[in-house]
Amino acid sequence: MTGRGLKTAMPRKSETLPIWSASDIVAARQTVRQWAIDMKFTLVDQTKIVTAASELARNTLQHGGGGTMQIETDENGPYVGLRLTFVDKGPGIPDIQAAMKDGYTTGGGMGLGLSGSKRLMSHFEIETKVGEGTRVVVTRWK
Amino acid sequence: MERIPILRMGSLLLVTIQVDMHDQLAMTLQDDLTTAIAKYDSRGVLIDISSLEIVDSFIGRMLANIAAMSRVLDAHTVLVGMQPAVAITLVELGMSLPGVRTALNVESGMELLHSLDDRQGAEDGDAAEV
Amino acid sequence: MSKLAEILKRHQTDIQADWIKEMSSVNRRKDLITDGEVKQQTAELLESLVEASKSGNVTDMHSSQYAPVRDFLSSISTSRAKQGFTPSETASFVFSLKAPISTRLRKEVKDADELFKELVISNQLIDNLGLYTTEMFIKTREQVILRQQEEMLELSTPVVKLWEGVLALPVIGTLDSARTQVVMESLLKTVVETNSKIAIIDITGVPTVDTLVAQHLLKTITAARLMGAECIISGIRPQIAQTIVHLGINLNDIVTKSKLSDAFALALQKTGKKVVKAERSQTRAASQAGGNDDPRKAS
Repeated sequence: MTGRGLKTAMPRKSETLPIWSASDIVAARQTVRQWAIDMKFTLVDQTKIVTAASELARNTLQHGGGGTMQIETDENGPYVGLRLTFVDKGPGIPDIQAAMKDGYTTGGGMGLGLSGSKRLMSHFEIETKVGEGTRVVVTRWK
Repeated sequence: MERIPILRMGSLLLVTIQVDMHDQLAMTLQDDLTTAIAKYDSRGVLIDISSLEIVDSFIGRMLANIAAMSRVLDAHTVLVGMQPAVAITLVELGMSLPGVRTALNVESGMELLHSLDDRQGAEDGDAAEV
Repeated sequence: MSKLAEILKRHQTDIQADWIKEMSSVNRRKDLITDGEVKQQTAELLESLVEASKSGNVTDMHSSQYAPVRDFLSSISTSRAKQGFTPSETASFVFSLKAPISTRLRKEVKDADELFKELVISNQLIDNLGLYTTEMFIKTREQVILRQQEEMLELSTPVVKLWEGVLALPVIGTLDSARTQVVMESLLKTVVETNSKIAIIDITGVPTVDTLVAQHLLKTITAARLMGAECIISGIRPQIAQTIVHLGINLNDIVTKSKLSDAFALALQKTGKKVVKAERSQTRAASQAGGNDDPRKAS
């Protein structure tokens, strides 16, 4: 009851974008930036959220072979947050512990995608199954 | 094809990145710059990123690569005008670009490049030190 | 079906009159709210309740029919929280509706079993509305506290300009993650605005430096370097120097000075300036006689 009562103050919105090409990553960054501006995040927070979105979208494209990004608002008491969900149906990550470490890379990058975006956001969740795909959920609270 | 323009000023090359670059554009810039350094025998490269709203690990890596490649080609790279929010985010992301020289704005960047160029003959060990 | 809806509708004015009477007997803050406002607010809430209960739903206040009721209650509790009402004063606005409705039900419903059932339903509804009001009240208060915290954070980090191209940030108090972010932001913003190549972070007023604080400091310094500015840390007290070494924190790449004045002297030197002593005519005469006219560096 508590939760439902509070949610009425700010209706949840949601938007889903495709991540199938390098230009989709740019579009994802711009859409996330607009959401963060609308939600009145500070410039530093906006930059952190957009950077995390860019890292995770690139992961979705390069390692997951493409997928989607969902943007939503979330609310917890007086706090509002922006939640991003990246879903792909790619090969999945066999060793998740290793993948979360700085410098771990299979795509020739810096290996900061997962670990770095975890540091940029307030909340980070990853589910992955080899052969089925990967789902990453990140939230930044204001 | 879309390209980021490279300006030549005497022995220096100037690049101003103003657009939200997609990955291919960043790779093209890296190629174009290294080609230009060799072609014009440039002593220094100044990259102005004051209009960039984000630098993610991909762009960060490209910038570090350009600095490293220009060093091999005997030129110095100075990155100027990084916005505070971008700098804070890059550090949090885990990228501190240790091999890249920086300056607050184009003016200080040019000064730094000139001072580096003057010392070039004397300091051969510079690349190894950084 | 419950008779509550029908009774509310039929006796709306009587219930309102009883309600206002009830409220003034409990606790009315005459200093904060006028009779006219009370009258208008009670009328508005009853009106929206009558409208919402028309559907026959008198149990689920989270349904869509009750949206206007919820909106009204949340606006009331928000304004009361800001006006300075206590939570119980705010909740009693809703709870004092209980007695008038119960009285009315007892008059209208003759059958004892049915009356009991109606009383249970109406009490539950009003309890839920009251709880909702309190929840909204607390939410508003939390927002006020959050805002005040943010304002305090901004106040607590003044960045001062010491000289052309030299900034100082005197940090007073404990550095936690939230505060460091604000400190970092305001320092780096000022670096850009004033085009300062050197920023001195003075930690004389920081009681302890642990691994986390050191990490925060290092991040600020790294971010400043990315922008093309250099940081000097000053004001490291002996105990803090000991802690830093014991914790194995690596500050090797960081320029540190024990006093702010030393850091300032270094900053001036790095920007190609120095402080010289203003010579009085006598000393000038004396030094000229002695052939020594070196400007002396002040500390």
